[in-house]
Amino acid sequence: MQPFTVLTAVAAPLEMANVDTDQIIPARFLKKPRASGYDNYLFHDLRFDPDGRENPDFILNRPPFRTARILVTGPNFGGGSSREGAVYALVDAGIRAVVAASFGDIFFGNALKNGLLPIVVPAEIATALRAALVAEPGLELTVDLERQVLRGANREVLFSIDPFRRECLLKGIDEIDLTLQYRERIAAFRDAHWTARPWLRTSANP
Amino acid sequence: MPIEGPLAPSPVQPAPTVGAGPDIGAPTTLFEKIWRRHAILERDGQTLLWIDRHFAHEGSFHAFDKLRAGGRPVFAPEQTFGVADHYVPTRDRDLPIPNPEIANMVDLLSRNTGEAGIRLFGLDSPDQGIVHVIGPELGLTQPGLTIVCGDSHTSTHGAFGALAFGIGASEVAHVLATQCLWQRRPKTLRVTVDGRLHRGVSAKDVILAVIARIGANGGAGHVIEYSGPAIRSLSMEGRMTLCNMSIEAGARAGMVAPDETTSAWLQGRDFAPTGDLWPMALADWATLRSDPGAVFDREVRLDAAGIAPMVTWGTSPEDAAPIDGAVPDPASFADAGKRGQAERSLAYMGLAPGQPLTGVGIDRVFIGSCTNSRIEDLRAAAAVLKGRTSRVPGIVSPGSARVKRQAEAEGLDRVFTAAGLEWRDAGCSMCVGMNGDLVPPGERCASTSNRNFPGRQGPGARTHLMSPAMVAAAAVTGRLTDVRTLTVED
Repeated sequence: MQPFTVLTAVAAPLEMANVDTDQIIPARFLKKPRASGYDNYLFHDLRFDPDGRENPDFILNRPPFRTARILVTGPNFGGGSSREGAVYALVDAGIRAVVAASFGDIFFGNALKNGLLPIVVPAEIATALRAALVAEPGLELTVDLERQVLRGANREVLFSIDPFRRECLLKGIDEIDLTLQYRERIAAFRDAHWTARPWLRTSANP
Repeated sequence: MPIEGPLAPSPVQPAPTVGAGPDIGAPTTLFEKIWRRHAILERDGQTLLWIDRHFAHEGSFHAFDKLRAGGRPVFAPEQTFGVADHYVPTRDRDLPIPNPEIANMVDLLSRNTGEAGIRLFGLDSPDQGIVHVIGPELGLTQPGLTIVCGDSHTSTHGAFGALAFGIGASEVAHVLATQCLWQRRPKTLRVTVDGRLHRGVSAKDVILAVIARIGANGGAGHVIEYSGPAIRSLSMEGRMTLCNMSIEAGARAGMVAPDETTSAWLQGRDFAPTGDLWPMALADWATLRSDPGAVFDREVRLDAAGIAPMVTWGTSPEDAAPIDGAVPDPASFADAGKRGQAERSLAYMGLAPGQPLTGVGIDRVFIGSCTNSRIEDLRAAAAVLKGRTSRVPGIVSPGSARVKRQAEAEGLDRVFTAAGLEWRDAGCSMCVGMNGDLVPPGERCASTSNRNFPGRQGPGARTHLMSPAMVAAAAVTGRLTDVRTLTVED
């Protein structure tokens, strides 16, 4: 995983609540291989009209925001389907942080595992940040994961990421490598678990 | 090469739950009991949880690719089960799948599971179906288990008193490689439904009422336990519908404590415990309930008598209202964000503020999905459609090949086809449209599925979520209709 330390970049205000993962990437693109570039599918049906022309009103189609690497949006971003393609689409498009009052739980976890930082801030701060980004298009924000602070638009907002997740992000740790350090403990746990409840061993079943 | 972490792993509190005896100590929630049983160790606020069952569908190809890239084997192939459901065709199964990209998804699952030695319920299996229908049907889903799948509706399996939740592709890869997951302990939310449900009101109406009450993100960070007399009286099919849509309330998992309804439903199923193991399992399952006095982080109470048949009017499952209600006026929302969302929803849905929900004309119906495609759902829809004709086209996709055979044995297929609906094979179908079963742009669909998001059933499709009986009623009149106004034989 690509480590995340400090990011200073243009932030785009996405004035929508409940942006579900079907909006972030419609289901019909999920059969595409990752190598095809998931940025092509990001917000596809919002970014393009049915004939494939760019919708000039969509925020990420406007000049200062085309290169945005931070999104500031409404509550419950990334609810719905567990599709990790939603995170791939954002990451492949260069987005490394999303700021919102709340996130879908599964999206939140998926993001952290792909070097995309979901930053929870109070709703009124998210609203104020979006207003500032609308008032001054192209404004940059700085995300400092080490210090867990979001800076910009004359504000400093503290946020919090689980120590475990923060460590993995800062160092770009592969979680599977980390877990396999405990291989022996896992195997011992499994044996005790199956001894206590022998019906759990599916290999004993048809 | 091992990676040194900032803190040494600390052992978790020893859990006194092994075996069938009662828990000792403070009153505990059902969730807590299952969590403790599966906690291997803790580190920096995260718990390494053992996963008893893992289901993999076609979308798992990203995870298998990741394993291959890292040269890693599957840790416990016998604990994972492959199921082809998201991309499978629901008709013409004797012919090759015409779309090569869709065919490739089904083939990839066969290849990936085959290479790893994972048992597959594939397109040709007599037990094929939607993962959240066949897991329980085969008895793979049992009380007290941890169950995961790369699908958000994995919450369904919580109906059996399991801790079951959806995961993304990275977590799928992690489970394949380790049979464990790092999880932060969620909070608990108890939803109690008192009293008795009225006639014509089903589990689907209960969960839509819950989501309307707490919001599409109201359960975020929580595991929901559903309890109370109205929940106890639900069948396993009803409990599955209820737990299925926990994710639409933002909760990754929902659960119902196991009881006699649960064990009676499971007994004799293919993977259910047999012989001496059955009474051992029963004794263990009897301990799986929240103790009296157990404390939840949040509590919500509903009165069953106050729940009417529900339909959604907007593009979030929280946009649900009783069928005898009206489309709300966006101006009535105090919150500016909600107001904007309601305005966009109504524009997308082609509805006007104040418009009565009853009478909204529909173009098509869909009966199916992991929410409502089980035998009881098909019976409820058929009871309304019997001797009647659908005014609109539509498809009925049973949740599994077994459900299909059972429905045909009961003659339900003939009720649907006589009404003019198509009787299809099992799969996710028009709930998500990945296999090509789509609602055309601009069309309005009365659907038993779980998500009314823009474009969910196809670009530009307008979805109204409701129960199977309510979809059948809409089919008969061609409009959103209160099923209680139609004569239905029991």
